[in-house]
Amino acid sequence: MTAIPFPAPPADSDEVLALRREFRAFLDTHLGHRSPRQRSDNWYGFSREFSRAMGQAGYLGMTWPKQYGGHERSAFERYVIVEESLAYGAPVGAHWIADRQSGPSILKFGTDEQKETILPDIAAGQLAFGIGMSEPDSGSDLAATRTKAVRDGDVYRVTGTKVWTSFAHEADYVILFCRTSGTPADRHQGTSQLLVNLKDTPGLTILPIIDLAGQHHFNEMHFEDAVVPAKNLLGAEGDGWNQVMSELAFERSGPERFLSSIELMYQMLAMLKGREDEAALATIGRLTAQLAVLRRLSRSVAAMLQEKQNAGLQAAIVKDVGAVWEQTLPDFARQLIDAEPDPRTQAAYAGVLANIVHNAPSWSLRGGTREILRGIIARGLGTR
Amino acid sequence: MLAEMIQRLFERSLDDKAQAQARDGIWNQALWTEIEEMGLPLALLSEEQGGFGLSAAEQGEALRLLGRLAVPLPVAETMAANRLLANAGLPLAEGPAGLARADDLVIDGGRIKGRVDRVAWGENLDCLALAVGATLYRVPRSGWSLAESGTALNFQPRPSLAIDWAADASAALPYSPLAEGATMRAFQIAGALEATLDLTLEHTATRIQFGKPLQKNQVVQHELAKLAGELACATAAADLAAEALDRGDLMGVAAGSLRAREAAGNGAAIATQMHGAIGFTREHPLHLFTTSLWTWRDEFGGQVMWAKMLGKAALEAGEDGYWPMVTTL
Ligand SMILES: Cc1cc2nc3c(=O)[nH]c(=O)nc-3n(C[C@H](O)[C@H](O)[C@H](O)COP(=O)(O)OP(=O)(O)OC[C@H]3O[C@@H](n4cnc5c(N)ncnc54)[C@H](O)[C@@H]3O)c2cc1C
Repeated sequence: MTAIPFPAPPADSDEVLALRREFRAFLDTHLGHRSPRQRSDNWYGFSREFSRAMGQAGYLGMTWPKQYGGHERSAFERYVIVEESLAYGAPVGAHWIADRQSGPSILKFGTDEQKETILPDIAAGQLAFGIGMSEPDSGSDLAATRTKAVRDGDVYRVTGTKVWTSFAHEADYVILFCRTSGTPADRHQGTSQLLVNLKDTPGLTILPIIDLAGQHHFNEMHFEDAVVPAKNLLGAEGDGWNQVMSELAFERSGPERFLSSIELMYQMLAMLKGREDEAALATIGRLTAQLAVLRRLSRSVAAMLQEKQNAGLQAAIVKDVGAVWEQTLPDFARQLIDAEPDPRTQAAYAGVLANIVHNAPSWSLRGGTREILRGIIARGLGTR
Repeated sequence: MLAEMIQRLFERSLDDKAQAQARDGIWNQALWTEIEEMGLPLALLSEEQGGFGLSAAEQGEALRLLGRLAVPLPVAETMAANRLLANAGLPLAEGPAGLARADDLVIDGGRIKGRVDRVAWGENLDCLALAVGATLYRVPRSGWSLAESGTALNFQPRPSLAIDWAADASAALPYSPLAEGATMRAFQIAGALEATLDLTLEHTATRIQFGKPLQKNQVVQHELAKLAGELACATAAADLAAEALDRGDLMGVAAGSLRAREAAGNGAAIATQMHGAIGFTREHPLHLFTTSLWTWRDEFGGQVMWAKMLGKAALEAGEDGYWPMVTTL
């Protein structure tokens, strides 16, 4: 048997159903006023106010120990919060990365002091994180990292450039993947992760990169002999490769990998209201079937996480199949509805379509490209 | 346990010759007798109904195996027909059975007359679980004759039947035979895709071109990854359909069935391409699975019928109700 198993997810318990209702009401209260165009920003939306409200209501750090501000709830309960946030187009940028990957990495590898000082603030929705992995010469090939951190007494002195860092201009910290010994030729050896305070690191300059939609969401980070306290080393020096792989596994395991364009689906339904033609009904039906099955696969991943199983391979499959769904949605929309998308209009359909067409290409790049994911899956099938 | 028995039975008794006979439309009574002796036709029934009381997971596994082994007899159909008959309170089949819906039959003075299209192995069945409107009839073999012969893409018989029968066994229809049949086909599709992936992995590991196994080429690896994705979707889709059938939710059946149908075509295309010419022959076993995938994806309601049903529900849910609807599927 070569099939990659996806265990059947349990049916939603009463607690899970109640949580879903409760959280939908919470979203209505806090975000009910937002326009379709705003909702279609999805996780590019960044609102400190909303993230704090999430934290206060107990919706962040859901599965973490109470000792660190968490709520010791199940992976399914966290799944409900995550998918309902995305389905609602909530502006999750100020907590998303921290809740999904930085916090879990700190919980897994951090010192007691790091856990005690950082995790409660993430769970409170007060601390935003970024991801410091990619560099100009190190994209898919993450092991080619050049950014160098040299130990100098109580500090590391960091030199190098990171790129595409989402929210570096807004966030409080990044987990920086860098080289603490050797050269890029040493590949996985000699790499480490540092917690870098974005608001208070002498020698760090953050510059905007404007994306093709004209938005400033990602950045370049220049480290010139920047000073990072040695106590901000995450995990063990030299163990950076294993740690960053674990961080990527957290990054890839969520349902955000197929819901990025969901607002367009809603707006398509609004436009198609009253249409009874075969093309409209059959297309929406097929898309809905695909979505329902993606959701089920994603819940299987949650089931595996709940059982503390390694779901890396399954998550790669969900992300690969899911990115196709979210990226091709505008093509289906264009087969059914004639409209000229407009990035500045207030009109719901043309505005949402514009936002989705602009952003869709990034969904099979971020968090590991389609090609890299398919390589991971192929390896899981035993081909390499 | 049952899965092992199924595996052993068909590995022993289902050889190339038996497959070739099935393609010629010749009924394999010896194999059917073995199937009955194992009790397979009762595999989806609860213990109270005289079955094995298998869990949902075990039932799914049994149906998937029938696809994985490309069993060329109406075993899944008989299992499904028996569940429908049992749930309606009608007597079970005493041999191979089929299930169908035909709403344009005429019921006249207690006689049912009309045509039922394309029933798997229709001339060789003992009985047919036939839904007309809100009624389920248990039509015995004496109740039909051949209207027109027909052949599926895997070359097994799909005759259309001329029903002419004094209705004496009927009950209120518990749920649609199309839903039961579509769910069963979704499992078979998932099973056939498992076999398809295995064959493709094996072929691309052993076939050497340009001095290395095909599988060492990145493009080939990526096609294998896509095939694994289709398999994952089909397997989840079948489970989703089965759970929905159990709750009586036709929309969930539609969603699961549709995605499995789609995976059948996508998966068969990748597998054939990765095999090269040998996958396009009867010499290599791949064709057993590809031709069955192409058969099963169009049966028990077509893709358009199911997609329109689900699409209509989605449009009725509208922009505000859509997501809540999706979370119930
Ligand atoms: C919207 C967005 C947000 C991002 N946010 C962050 C962030 O916050 N932090 C961060 O660190 N990074 C971030 N990234 C960067 C992202 O992780 C990289 O874009 C990604 O890893 C690919 O690297 P690259 O862009 O350098 O492309 P490259 O690695 O140069 O790849 C270019 C193309 O070649 C293909 N390719 C590369 N290697 C192979 C191979 N071996 N086999 C086959 N094909 C190959 C790729 O799949 C791709 O199609 C973000 C990217 C986007 C688009």
